[in-house]
Amino acid sequence: MITEQTNITAEQNNPADPVIEISNLKKTFGEQEVLSNVSLLLHAGENLVVLGKSGSGKSVLIKCIAGLLDADSGTINVFGKTVSTMNRKEMAEMRKKIGFLFQLGALYDSMTVKENIEFPLQRIRKDLSKKQQQEKVLEALENVDLADSIDKMPSQLSGGMRKRISLARTIAVDPMIMLYDEPTTGLDPVTSYEISELINRVQKKYKTSSIIITHDIKCALHTANRMMMIKDGEVYKEGQKEEFEQSNDPLIQSFFH
Amino acid sequence: MLNKGIQGIRNLKPIGKVKGFATKQSIRLGDTTMAKTKEANNFLTDIADVVLFIQSIIRETFSGNFEWKEFFRQCFQTGYKTLPLITVTGAIMGLVLTIQSRPVLVDFGAVTMLPGMVAVSLIREMGPVITALICAGKISSGIGAELGSMKVTEQIDAMEVSSTNPIKFLVVTRVLAATLMIPLLILYADGLGILASWAGANMKGDVSLSLFFSQAFSQVGFIDLIPAVIKSIFFGAVIGLVGSYKGYNAGRGTESVGVAANSAVVTASLWVLIVDMIAVQITDMMIS
Repeated sequence: MITEQTNITAEQNNPADPVIEISNLKKTFGEQEVLSNVSLLLHAGENLVVLGKSGSGKSVLIKCIAGLLDADSGTINVFGKTVSTMNRKEMAEMRKKIGFLFQLGALYDSMTVKENIEFPLQRIRKDLSKKQQQEKVLEALENVDLADSIDKMPSQLSGGMRKRISLARTIAVDPMIMLYDEPTTGLDPVTSYEISELINRVQKKYKTSSIIITHDIKCALHTANRMMMIKDGEVYKEGQKEEFEQSNDPLIQSFFH
Repeated sequence: MLNKGIQGIRNLKPIGKVKGFATKQSIRLGDTTMAKTKEANNFLTDIADVVLFIQSIIRETFSGNFEWKEFFRQCFQTGYKTLPLITVTGAIMGLVLTIQSRPVLVDFGAVTMLPGMVAVSLIREMGPVITALICAGKISSGIGAELGSMKVTEQIDAMEVSSTNPIKFLVVTRVLAATLMIPLLILYADGLGILASWAGANMKGDVSLSLFFSQAFSQVGFIDLIPAVIKSIFFGAVIGLVGSYKGYNAGRGTESVGVAANSAVVTASLWVLIVDMIAVQITDMMIS
């Protein structure tokens, strides 16, 4: 299992191979077309920030990648495999390589922090012994500086702590791709900065490739290697973060002020 | 195949209005037809969703790697935590039935029939139906609200991303726990009801516990007990199933949690009565 992980990491580190490749993605809910024509590439080891107003379809995009929503048309390839043609087993295998940080943390209310982190570990990292799983739980909590909250219930945590525990739960299983859904929404500026720092730390330590969905420009600038803006279900602009900073486009500028 | 058919039903769209010489009457008729088509479409989609839901529960129940820990936790939640409510319900059922029927039996000089009458009423009908209705209120709404809030806060999505099948972990365990624990709660309520009936009989008379119970059980046979237990199992399955379905398919807003819980109680209660009616008919046909 460890050998397999090492091989995949080596594959992931080849920047020539995109880890996620989306072309002409379309998704509608009833009459409403949320994504009309989205194409993107996520390269190994990079942080791609997807900017856009609320309701522009950013979250739908990453939910389609994780297979939580079915796309109407277009293709999504993750590590070269098309998501829409995966059977249940292949989908489960693909999800083992993906970490998803939900907007509200999505911690299981009936479980303690420790049980929350153990839950995916026991199902995804069956190769680890109980002792190794415990070590992983502690390591993940130490990475987010919340080792002392191990026995707390989610209801005893603040919004920022919930996000960090959720991040710990995600990184505990060593994902290769991280999908962040509005990681700083609803947090104060100090906590937002801490979360942005954590995103960068996770990228460096675990060599993850990430898509970060946000409308928080500070978080975007702090974490991005590359940026993309979605408007009316289509890619409005894509480029390096400096291009966004220097752009005279009124829509892009409106995010900076 | 079934999935494709259901997708087809979902994609059905009413035919647009006819352009040209359409009269007001024909346009109104067209609108009514479209509305009725949409209603029929929604109804068929709902039925298809329920069928798919039950199909996935059956598949996941027998697919191996059963979630025993969660199942036992749910048995504790469903059974043990409902015990105080069922204790009160069972005791009141027995007591009230005795207090209400004793004067009538005294008038007919048939007061010795009281234990048998109470036992038969409780075991055959009152115990299972009233206990199941109380359980529908507590357990079905609890499951509906819990799963509904998990849906709203994306916990079910998080489970799916963790390579865990939420139907297997959340739904199968809850439905099976309800199917196992509700019949046990009903038997407990029946026993307690008969005990409370003895207490009620002693409020205006004097009868020993052993005499009361021997008279009660002389009137009760397996022909009363077995159909009651079988229908209690169906009550449990319906209560667990309805609560899980309503919660699992809750909408995205926080309002949906309340809607799911409320809808679970109403639907589960209604289904308890429908199942009871069917069970009574079948039992009657088999006995006569």
